[in-house]
Amino acid sequence: MAEKMATRQAYGKVLVEIGAENPNLVVMDADLSKSTMTAEFSKAYPERFFNMGIAEQNLYGAATGLALSGKVVCASTFAMFAAGRAFEIIRNSIGYTHANVKVCATHAGITVGEDGASHQTFEDLALMRTIPGMTVVNPSDGVSARKLMKQVVDFDGPAYVRLGRAAVPVCYGEDDEIVLGKGNQVRAGKDITVIATGIMVNEALIAAEELAAEGIDVRVIDMHTIKPLDEEIIVKAAQETGAIVTAEEHSVIGGLGSAVAEVVVKKCPVKMAMVGQQDTFGESGKPDELKEKYGMTAADIVKAVKGLR
Amino acid sequence: METKQYQEIASRVRVGIVKAVHSAGSGHPGGSLSAADIVTALYFKEMNIDPANPKMEGRDKFVLSKGHAAPVQYAALAERGYFPVEDLLTLRKMGSKLQGHPNRDKVPGIEMSTGSLGQGFSVCVGMALANKMDGNPGRVYTLLGDGELQEGLIWEAAMAAGHYKLDNLVAIVDWNGLQIDGNNDDVITVKPIDEKFEAFGFNVIVIDGHNFEEIFAAFDAARACKGKPTAIIAKTHKGQGVSFMEDVAGWHGKAPSADEAQQAVGELGGEW
Repeated sequence: MAEKMATRQAYGKVLVEIGAENPNLVVMDADLSKSTMTAEFSKAYPERFFNMGIAEQNLYGAATGLALSGKVVCASTFAMFAAGRAFEIIRNSIGYTHANVKVCATHAGITVGEDGASHQTFEDLALMRTIPGMTVVNPSDGVSARKLMKQVVDFDGPAYVRLGRAAVPVCYGEDDEIVLGKGNQVRAGKDITVIATGIMVNEALIAAEELAAEGIDVRVIDMHTIKPLDEEIIVKAAQETGAIVTAEEHSVIGGLGSAVAEVVVKKCPVKMAMVGQQDTFGESGKPDELKEKYGMTAADIVKAVKGLR
Repeated sequence: METKQYQEIASRVRVGIVKAVHSAGSGHPGGSLSAADIVTALYFKEMNIDPANPKMEGRDKFVLSKGHAAPVQYAALAERGYFPVEDLLTLRKMGSKLQGHPNRDKVPGIEMSTGSLGQGFSVCVGMALANKMDGNPGRVYTLLGDGELQEGLIWEAAMAAGHYKLDNLVAIVDWNGLQIDGNNDDVITVKPIDEKFEAFGFNVIVIDGHNFEEIFAAFDAARACKGKPTAIIAKTHKGQGVSFMEDVAGWHGKAPSADEAQQAVGELGGEW
């Protein structure tokens, strides 16, 4: 069994690492610092950490003010309350002014688990990618979360980073190159392509192994950056493998699947299928039980691949 | 400068508002005119700013949280020399830097793009925190509408400002009593404004928002107050200075006709 780590854990650690190199980094939270893991930064650099209380609108408004005063700000809460509740602040205060705020949202998707539907966000990628100039990132494991966070903090401008609660297998090695804005081919294949994001990358790799045993050679791409989207790797996959399945722990409306389809229909139409949350709310349960019930497992990817053949 | 001179500047600012909104054919004259004296006091005396160097290090910052009153900020910036007064006539037109609500990318002197109520104040909390972190002596001022106090974000921001003891932050409430649908008290009352801000940890000063001595005294008192942000509750009249607009909610978001604008400019002692 591969080593497991939640992307939020990697986030908490890398903030402390970046904080040591970059005195300009400010971290903010909305009373969830022990869950989002920003508490680690708050202990290391208390003078550069602000807890704004249970007030997500003001979290992102105040983050804007700090950013427009020259800071780079990572401001965290759960994805539901960042992308959802504070959407219009992120749009008008952060997006419209191109403020150097990184909205680092944890507990995204169905793997929130037991907290249930009120906390399970399936809309955040859709909401965030419609904001002009917003970079949208969804790391698949702890290693890529760490590497991508460093790049996110390094550029000047707004970003949304989607992080998870549950511990997930580490797919990458420390030496693997992960570049913001560039999809990563994590498995070669010629028959069909699975473009996955976040924790679905690991499911896609499992699915690909299973399908290989049946003689179907699956290419797997980790699309950790939803925006700006790596169109080149999508078009190449469409041309070379002739069909694409997308897989995301997010609604099939508006997220990775939609983003990929927007490219495919314009540049290289091929058949597609989308694995993700099917326009419905979730419920309480264990992450693995929920993934199975709501159709976001390797088995669902296998089914979608076969459906296209 | 004497009070009379500030009053003359405020009148010129009001003329700019009327001409700009008439030229645009839409916009918000009522709440721009009510705030003209406060905004004049900020740009012409209170704030440490330099029109020749709008990004000056250590400057004071003003954010118009009630962004729909953009004409008063534009007119004051133009009068202060940030850009030519003639530009005011481009308000809300295609290609103009003078957008319907302020945009910091386009206009020198605009610190924050506003328009969505409550957000300007919230951003000011971050600016004030940053100045505290950096030992930056710059102070942060924001103008809130009284109707804007109905936004939940205002009180989130106020709670944080009180908690972090942001004595470098001053929120001025343009208390003209009116909003789009009528009297605040008929829509959703915001009273008691003073006690609300006190409860959130503010130093509260209630003044006549058209009296320069009172405005300047309030700014002095805010600066002298340590350990608390200040809220200046400024009693004003919507449409102040133009007889037919005064205290009429209907002038919240309506442009004057040519005849009306001409009369208004005449009343303000300006040239049409």
